[in-house]
Amino acid sequence: MGRTLYEKIWAAHEVASGPGGRSLLYVDRHLIHDGSFHAFEALKAGGRQVRRPDACFATPDHYVPTRGRKRVADIADPMVRGKMEMLAANTAASGIVHYGMDDPRQGIVHVIGPEQGITQPGITLVCGDSHTSTHGAFGAMAFGIGASEVAHVLATQTLWARRAKTLRITVNGALRPGVHSKDIILAVIAKIGADGGAGHALEYAGAAIRALSMEARLTICNMSIEAGARCGMVAPDDTTFQYLEGRPQAPKGADWDRALARWRALPSDADARFDREVELDATALVPMLTWGTSPEDALPVTAVVPEGKPDALRYMGLQPGQALEGLAMDRVFIGSCTNSRIEDLRIAAAVVKGRKAMIPAMVVPGSGLVKQAAEAEGLDRIFRDAGLEWLAPGCSMCVGMNGDLVEAEQRCASTSNRNFEGRQGKGARTHLMSPAMAAAAAVTGRITDVRKLLAH
Amino acid sequence: MEPFTTLEAVAAPLDTANVDTDRIIPARFLRQPRSAGYHNWLFHDLREGGGFVLDDPAFKDAKILVAAENFGCGSSREGAVWALSGAGFRAWIAPSFGDIFFENSFKNGVLPVVLPAARVAAIRAMLAAKPGSRIAIDLAAQTVTLPDGSAERFDIDPFRRECLLNGWDEIDLTLQHEAAIAAHEARQRVETPWLATP
Repeated sequence: MGRTLYEKIWAAHEVASGPGGRSLLYVDRHLIHDGSFHAFEALKAGGRQVRRPDACFATPDHYVPTRGRKRVADIADPMVRGKMEMLAANTAASGIVHYGMDDPRQGIVHVIGPEQGITQPGITLVCGDSHTSTHGAFGAMAFGIGASEVAHVLATQTLWARRAKTLRITVNGALRPGVHSKDIILAVIAKIGADGGAGHALEYAGAAIRALSMEARLTICNMSIEAGARCGMVAPDDTTFQYLEGRPQAPKGADWDRALARWRALPSDADARFDREVELDATALVPMLTWGTSPEDALPVTAVVPEGKPDALRYMGLQPGQALEGLAMDRVFIGSCTNSRIEDLRIAAAVVKGRKAMIPAMVVPGSGLVKQAAEAEGLDRIFRDAGLEWLAPGCSMCVGMNGDLVEAEQRCASTSNRNFEGRQGKGARTHLMSPAMAAAAAVTGRITDVRKLLAH
Repeated sequence: MEPFTTLEAVAAPLDTANVDTDRIIPARFLRQPRSAGYHNWLFHDLREGGGFVLDDPAFKDAKILVAAENFGCGSSREGAVWALSGAGFRAWIAPSFGDIFFENSFKNGVLPVVLPAARVAAIRAMLAAKPGSRIAIDLAAQTVTLPDGSAERFDIDPFRRECLLNGWDEIDLTLQHEAAIAAHEARQRVETPWLATP
């Protein structure tokens, strides 16, 4: 019987097998951010060294300021400055590459991994962040780990894991104008539930997935964790290889040819069996958004607020039967590891162009290089001319750890990944949506079906 | 790590499903160093409205939390486990857990117990009806004894059980596989040199 992509990568990284069906897996690449200080502390406390600094790449993202950014020494908040200094010191002491706050390559770990060519098909990649599932878009086995596991990987370059079950999500058909990969993944989570993928490795397949760019595939894999799956992946293909070729950390010359031959053998075999199968029709999808406090609370923009979940209704200040379209927003956040790549910014800019923001809106590119590319295309001018804020790269308002927060009871149209209670600030009401829908909310001040703006 | 063998303690019920790590401790408090004591902000925003279950004096000494589906979903932040363990909790029982939170629990000497959803709901009802009731957990025997005297058997990965029972440091255990790790790295240098140490 054939093997799935996940099973192939698993087998190629099994160093040892332990009792209870556990395996010791070799970790090829490890991404580190400014929240990883706990793991370095644990390492120090145990008197241990980083085993393979060359396999680690670090950049500050969670705490990094997005406004008035100059030098680390000038950061007014000592707690934030301390995080930047700690990451710089820990990486310097261990010989780890560090794209610091003033390096143009700095950005959200899940943006810079692909951008630098660190993320490659067939590798195992971990990071102390649950959205590490993002990197599965390249056909990598990538998952988030806690601080103790980060310390374990730093010390041993391995991780104990139990093989997950496999769940294939086949998305047939083709997306219609105004509908994007964010709508696919919100529809998937709504369908299978916030714990529907628990204990499973997801593989996204089908014509609609094949047609997506790498940026769009990253958005989908990113939110696998919101369906409870630590790991979500897409089989590598020519789109993947074209994206990777020539990236700084990608293999070069003869190594590139050897790598390509290996990568072409990675996709799941035709006769591979998955433990579960789910299907979705992309052609039938319309723009989606969340109304509640779990990513599974996603509905088409044409829907009304449902009954049930009284706590979520109360927190969100909504009534059953209320139309989602037309709901007034207080602010907009375009950014995060889900939707801050160049393509996301192009999609948002196309909606904003020639219009004016009706509510405060911020655009936070995913990395310094995304920011540069957007500025070279004039996207920053489009945003600024429309009255949107154009800021420096980081996680920003997705999680608010750097102080970019939504006020209590304010509604935020957000391209991020979590609408949990308090996620964007105490009492903040998050509505998750695509960059196109968030841009439409910015220029109308309310939830607007972006397809109506495209028609004009 | 402190070994976990048996625990007999007050258990507190938490009825909400999908309690994420941001609700266990909002991210904004994790700017503090761990030494600040993350338990000071445990369920911070849920507690503000008053009437939160853990603020009931009957649950002051609770060491076991009985939660609902998908407890600890969301981020990988181990601060969520530290906030709970810092407040004295050593075990949590739920029908399902967020995968990363589940893993993080073991690394901190905390036992997560999975029981069927209907059973867990019945236990929560039992605890709510008689606040301050106690539950006994025996890890070696893999049993949970409830306030009404009935016992439930639970499954656990034998390796994780041994680690908890003995308080083993997982890094030390892994380093016993040094030869296998080195052999994998030697193979990597031949098969995928672009991923190996230059």
